[in-house]
Amino acid sequence: MENKNIHLLLGDQAIALGALHAGIAGVYAYPGTPSTEITEFIQASPLARERRLHTTWCTNEKTAMEAALGVSYVGKRALVCMKHVGMNVCADAFVNAAMTGVNGGIVVVAADDPSMHSSQNEQDSRFYAKFAMVPILEPSSQQEAYDMMEFAYSLSEEVGLPVLLRITTRMAHSRANVAVKAVGAEVACTGKASVPTDWVLLPGNARRRYLKVIETQPVLMERSEQSPYNRSSFPAGERKAEKGIVACGIGYNYVMENYPDGCPFPLVKVSHYPLPVDTLVRLADACRELWVVEDGQPFVEEQLKGTLPSAYTVKGRLSGDLTRTGELTPDAVRKAFGLPCEEVFAPAANLVPRPPALCNGCGHRDVYDALNRVIADYPDAKVFGDIGCYTLGALPPFRALNSCVDMGASITMAKGAADAGCFPAVAVIGDSTFTHSGMTGLLDAVNDRANITVIISDNLTTAMTGGQDSAGTNKFEAICLGLGVAPEHVRVVVPLPKNMEEITRILREEIEYNGVSVIIPRRECMQTLNRKLKQKRAEKK
Amino acid sequence: MKTDIILSGVGGQGILSIATIIGEAATRMGLNLKQAEVHGMSQRGGDVQSNLRLSDAPIASDLIALGTADLILSLEPMEALRYLPYLSREGWIITSSAPFVNIPNYPDAEGLMAELNALPHVVALDVEKLAKEHGMPKSANVILLGAAAAFLKVFDAATLRESVERIFAAKGAAVVEMNQRAFDLGYQYVQQLHADRL
Repeated sequence: MENKNIHLLLGDQAIALGALHAGIAGVYAYPGTPSTEITEFIQASPLARERRLHTTWCTNEKTAMEAALGVSYVGKRALVCMKHVGMNVCADAFVNAAMTGVNGGIVVVAADDPSMHSSQNEQDSRFYAKFAMVPILEPSSQQEAYDMMEFAYSLSEEVGLPVLLRITTRMAHSRANVAVKAVGAEVACTGKASVPTDWVLLPGNARRRYLKVIETQPVLMERSEQSPYNRSSFPAGERKAEKGIVACGIGYNYVMENYPDGCPFPLVKVSHYPLPVDTLVRLADACRELWVVEDGQPFVEEQLKGTLPSAYTVKGRLSGDLTRTGELTPDAVRKAFGLPCEEVFAPAANLVPRPPALCNGCGHRDVYDALNRVIADYPDAKVFGDIGCYTLGALPPFRALNSCVDMGASITMAKGAADAGCFPAVAVIGDSTFTHSGMTGLLDAVNDRANITVIISDNLTTAMTGGQDSAGTNKFEAICLGLGVAPEHVRVVVPLPKNMEEITRILREEIEYNGVSVIIPRRECMQTLNRKLKQKRAEKK
Repeated sequence: MKTDIILSGVGGQGILSIATIIGEAATRMGLNLKQAEVHGMSQRGGDVQSNLRLSDAPIASDLIALGTADLILSLEPMEALRYLPYLSREGWIITSSAPFVNIPNYPDAEGLMAELNALPHVVALDVEKLAKEHGMPKSANVILLGAAAAFLKVFDAATLRESVERIFAAKGAAVVEMNQRAFDLGYQYVQQLHADRL
């Protein structure tokens, strides 16, 4: 039967809708797989338009987090979204947001990527929340993700701290039916004035605030013990159970998938942290060994090992009883629990990997083609890459990159290499990555008169994540000049095969120039171009 | 009653459109559904897959366990083979037989098809060619969906056909009609070839 209140939503979309219905004043985010669809959903939402919410992309995760703090200061609710490595970029603001506390609620969504589907590491964002001493919510279903948003904002305002909502790729990019409540009245506002002495983190104020954060911890613990999202089931029986299971977030699903008729062991589902320690001690006492099923790093397992006396056995990803790396799966849980596995077909023989590649006609292709031709004459050249579609230039046929580490590292690594005597030291960075984290590094290079050649491969969009607006579009020459790059060494080219002679000549000239030069190959991304052409054709009809 | 489907193909071929149509039917029939998709880096011409689970009972995991998928529905033959260990021993592979060669080391096509056809339950049809022959070059994925319709168990082909109409309705009557023809083409192909085994 059709039900207008049931929506088929990605986890990301459920979070977005939950936040809208919780009365946020705006979303602040930088695109990053698998978090991007949260902000895109809000951008496309008629409710967001009607309420004139803030929905445009931020330059990076730190500017996003800080803007959200400003929203909170005036008593309104803000949503901040990012992929896990974005937490590294906004860590300063995130950790200190616990120190200032919040007025209007702040929910920070960190989308972790175990198995590194689209990332450079498997870091687990829950560690950041523990470090900052703030609550974490970790939904196990799309329905919970939606329901948790109102809960998260109320919690944030009640305890005066930001709340981290931690998801993984599987939750972000999996669709399920979600029952949606009636839309809340309006944009929420606490109506309270913020107290400047809480927000001016001079040592005297900060010491007082830190004590306040510490005093709040027992309250957070109590809220976890009573949370509707932490459920426990203890089957009746006098003897100790063979296993007790702590199932965290999406890990709960993988346990239950293997017990379709109900879990025969005592189990605590954890979706709200800090850990409900009293409940977990009760669980530990009810079983012979404690199993921790969590996706990501062994965050809970480590804490339990530190909390429980050493006589208790704790098994999980840290102990090696569950796979230490990669995404958790129902198969991994099944195998670890010693349950019988289905007989399966052997892997196919006629099978090879099919890695992603730069699109046909992509301007980055022409940039790498030109660069490889020029670099061939410089055996000592090092090319430092960055994060984006153009990272694929590291793969065949180009094999053009020596490194790809973090957002902006191309420019600063090239500078460091040049400082240490490398010539030529070349940086390849995309337009959106440059404004995200490349500009400050370029200023370092200019101030040190470093001998580097920076290629800002400008395709007028944030392409890798699906073509979001890029903060610096139409501003790159001005930014480089403003940072002090000499005007005659800011060169713009159009990356097309027919311009190969010109591009290679300019590359050679700028490599030979002893100082900072910036070459900007500029041509629109094929994906966004095709999308625009399609739209135009549709409008003509 | 449940149906667990692995959808596979190459980024850009349109497996998510197939998932959208099946999802519409499932939601309309009040079934539970979980669908894990791939977004991001692998969409750039790499291998893509989606786990689509349908059931009249609650579904726990977003991911399908090894050896339990009822169907592998693939727009590319090698991509169908990639998920073989996930297929149940009684499960079916419904796949396009046209290799999509965008890598230098693509396996020998004959050997690939021989391996595929040696499996117990396979429907392989060249949906690209069928689509071109029938003047519907953009509807290859809907032909494949039609071929899969008889295997979905949780709802009948007419229900799924209605979802084709609903999903394409915004694009006008001509597009709806073309995609319904595409759906019928795939459906009838399977009825004729495999009626004895359905």
